Amino acid sequence: MASSPNAAAEKFLRIEALTKRFGKFTALDRVDLEIFAQEFVCFLGPSGCGKTTLLRAIAGLDPQSEGSIWQAGVEISALPPSERDFGIVFQSYALFPNLTVRANVGYGLKSRGRPRGEIVARVDELLALVGMPDAGAKYPSQLSGGQQQRVALARALATSPGLLLLDEPLSALDARVRARLRHEVRALQRRLGITTVMVTHDQEEALTMADRIVVMNHGSIEQVGTPEEIYGKPASAFVADFVGTMNFIAARVTAAGRVDASGLALHCDTGAFAAGASVQVCLRPEDVRVRAVTAQTQNAVALEIEEIEFLGAFGRASLRAAGFPGLRLVGDFSSNLIHDHALRPGVSLTVALPSERLVVFARA
Amino acid sequence: MAAASRHGIYVPRLKPARDEIVMRVLIALLGLWLLATVALPLWSLLSKSFQDHDGRFIGLANYLRYVSTPSLLASFWNSLFVALITTAIVIPVAFVYAYALTRSCLRWKGLFQALALIPILAPSLLPAIALIYLFGNQGFLKSWLLGGSIYGPLGIVMAQVFYCFPHALMILVTALSMADARLYEAASALGASKARTFFTVTLPGAKYGVTSAGFVVFTLVLTDFGIAKVIGGRFNVLATDVYKQVVGQQNFEMGAVVGMVLLIPAVLAFFADRVVQRRQMAVLSTRAVPLEPRPSAARDRGLFVYCLVVAGFLLIVLGTAAWGSFVRFWPYNLSLTLDNYEFSKFDAAGWSAYTNSLQLGAWTAAIGTAIIFLGAYLVEKSRGFRVVRGFVQLLAMLPLAVPGLVLGLAYIFFFNARWNPLGFLYATMGILVLNTIAHFYTVGHLTAATALKQLDAEFESVGASLKVPFWTTFWRVTIPVCSPAILDIFVYMFLNAMTTVSALIFLYSTDTKLASIAVVNMDEAGFTAAAAAMAMAIVATSAALKLAHLGVAALLARKTQAWRHRTR
Repeated sequence: MASSPNAAAEKFLRIEALTKRFGKFTALDRVDLEIFAQEFVCFLGPSGCGKTTLLRAIAGLDPQSEGSIWQAGVEISALPPSERDFGIVFQSYALFPNLTVRANVGYGLKSRGRPRGEIVARVDELLALVGMPDAGAKYPSQLSGGQQQRVALARALATSPGLLLLDEPLSALDARVRARLRHEVRALQRRLGITTVMVTHDQEEALTMADRIVVMNHGSIEQVGTPEEIYGKPASAFVADFVGTMNFIAARVTAAGRVDASGLALHCDTGAFAAGASVQVCLRPEDVRVRAVTAQTQNAVALEIEEIEFLGAFGRASLRAAGFPGLRLVGDFSSNLIHDHALRPGVSLTVALPSERLVVFARA
Repeated sequence: MAAASRHGIYVPRLKPARDEIVMRVLIALLGLWLLATVALPLWSLLSKSFQDHDGRFIGLANYLRYVSTPSLLASFWNSLFVALITTAIVIPVAFVYAYALTRSCLRWKGLFQALALIPILAPSLLPAIALIYLFGNQGFLKSWLLGGSIYGPLGIVMAQVFYCFPHALMILVTALSMADARLYEAASALGASKARTFFTVTLPGAKYGVTSAGFVVFTLVLTDFGIAKVIGGRFNVLATDVYKQVVGQQNFEMGAVVGMVLLIPAVLAFFADRVVQRRQMAVLSTRAVPLEPRPSAARDRGLFVYCLVVAGFLLIVLGTAAWGSFVRFWPYNLSLTLDNYEFSKFDAAGWSAYTNSLQLGAWTAAIGTAIIFLGAYLVEKSRGFRVVRGFVQLLAMLPLAVPGLVLGLAYIFFFNARWNPLGFLYATMGILVLNTIAHFYTVGHLTAATALKQLDAEFESVGASLKVPFWTTFWRVTIPVCSPAILDIFVYMFLNAMTTVSALIFLYSTDTKLASIAVVNMDEAGFTAAAAAMAMAIVATSAALKLAHLGVAALLARKTQAWRHRTR
């Protein structure tokens, strides 16, 4: 597991051997995780991977079957939600429709018996914080989705919780609003320094927002790391496939540092794999190198372009290796490159698959 | 607080939240309430049917006596017969009416819809009395029957058609409103004729509504007591048999047996309907596009005439009863009078029966609505405690399957039992209130549950995260948001308490006589005009209540429209 960017920081949340079963189905299988103070952590994974279950276990809304949770040095494993210290925003926002924005934000303050003036001041402060100073008198139904999301955030922050939990808070919004709110939520979190856990199935959201990403699959953690680590050094074939686009090339290890992919010999770090092991060699499309490649370059291979899919700033080319019928790749080429090399369907070119970019996983 | 357990795996022993404890205590109390007002009385009835007069267990002897008594067995077939005939008439009639209301550009739709609901405001006795006025021994349309008699299956079926029509209509209107316009566009794009579209799209789409309406009507007819009592003549049915065995012959054991016989088809119809409805869930697509009917002169005119005829029949029945209640001596002296409304001349209880009914309605609506709504909230929103919740839910559904007559009889056995500490309730207003709440519990519960299901499931989670107790959120959010449903339940309970006869006929005492019971008694004593007058007093009260309901609902909608209108 990767270390935190700030290893000295306090371990704010500690999860040990957490298991959650729904009848015979195991939603979480002995999950261990540590989250540091002031960190923004994303739980990322496909639907049904257990990320929301883990979040709800941390909140105490769906308590774990086994395992323990510690928050700020205190064991909270068995506490009901009302005795834990967190604020939460749901995908649906769960704003109270019959209460004004002001009453929604002040909902948790009122029942703590704070003086009226103090509540008013705090609600004003929170509304200003989420950029909606004038919306206090409106009802949730009079707000756009993005505005409702901000009100839900203000309500969750009102009682100054030690931990902020976000359950897919942006997924009900349209793409533009979502992109803007990503920055706002992240900036707000930095400003307040509140430890935050966000569940998302959107890898772009996780990559742009998180300090660290927890990639989950089938109730287990596949990898924990910074966005760069997750993208650049995926710890498993699942992570490699789930985050970003990836070429998977079936191969066999021939010797340490050498593999054979359908007849094509490649240099790469084969790690602990012994000669004869069936592996898959992975390469990001953008790492298919075209510039300054000759037949003598390491891992050079002659390819033919079948098709180029136009994606704006770059094009995604489907490539077929002339000499190796089983070998197919996709490569992302910048519009510049496509223009400079006059790349188009039917053109042949020699590319290099840089050995330091190739990652090797076992093949099932 | 937490303990290490088997294999060294750490299993936290969850500390229940204060909210959770309060909720569980309340659910347990609700469970006890339903146990005492629904389950245990039915158990008493069941055990009574296996006992002899001295309370000794005699196995199936009572049942054997039942099947070997031809007159009793005949009633069973009679009941089935009128229930089936009525269902076969009401369903098509209501279907076309519902079709006109939902799928055409009919004029005066709102008026036709309102007129169709008239029978709900009246006790079932009213159409029977009106039909006697029209076709009875002194009826001035008697000759239309060509020598036939209205006293018997003919009268029962006619009165039942009137009484059951709105119940079937409401279900069919709901079923037909849920049409998917895309299917009709596809049918017309594929060149299907109107008739073919009707048989391949409209009818299949509504078939679950049709079967459901069929079950409802069948059960209503089977279990209704008032109509057969007033107009049945010598044609015996199960419901009148129960009454005769218990009130006439004081044969409680045989009454219990007939009650069980009555319960079985009602329960079967109930479960068949549940199965059908469950299947419907899968059929409904959430992405359906609502169908907007387009004008078609010929069809709309035809349906207009049709609705006029049907609504006219309902109005004539109601109007006859109203007229009869003001007439001095039908049909010989048709001069108008208010004498028939001086009930003390005909019945010792006089107008007190009417005020008793108002009292029953108010208590039933107030207490019933509070218990039903809170109960549905607890069942829907609490966590864990699954066995008790499941049990409470089952008991909440059970009353729908239990005919009122059976529930009333069950109350006699349960509250009269020597060991029962609740026995002091017997022959008080209290037992009438308990019984009426239990009798109409299910529909109220379903209304509440439907409204609660539409709330965001995370309101309680948000409350917990903000450390707000659940009753604060219940009071500040749940009740205001669900206020239309709460109002619906209140009015439903009140209306039914005003009009019902079946269960209460066994439970009233001289001090707690009710308006609907007075109708039965005065009719029995031959004071038909007074019976009609009391029935009309009930109709007028129900109608006023319904109008007040509409007014309050509109006011509520206006007051809350700032937040209730749809999210963009």
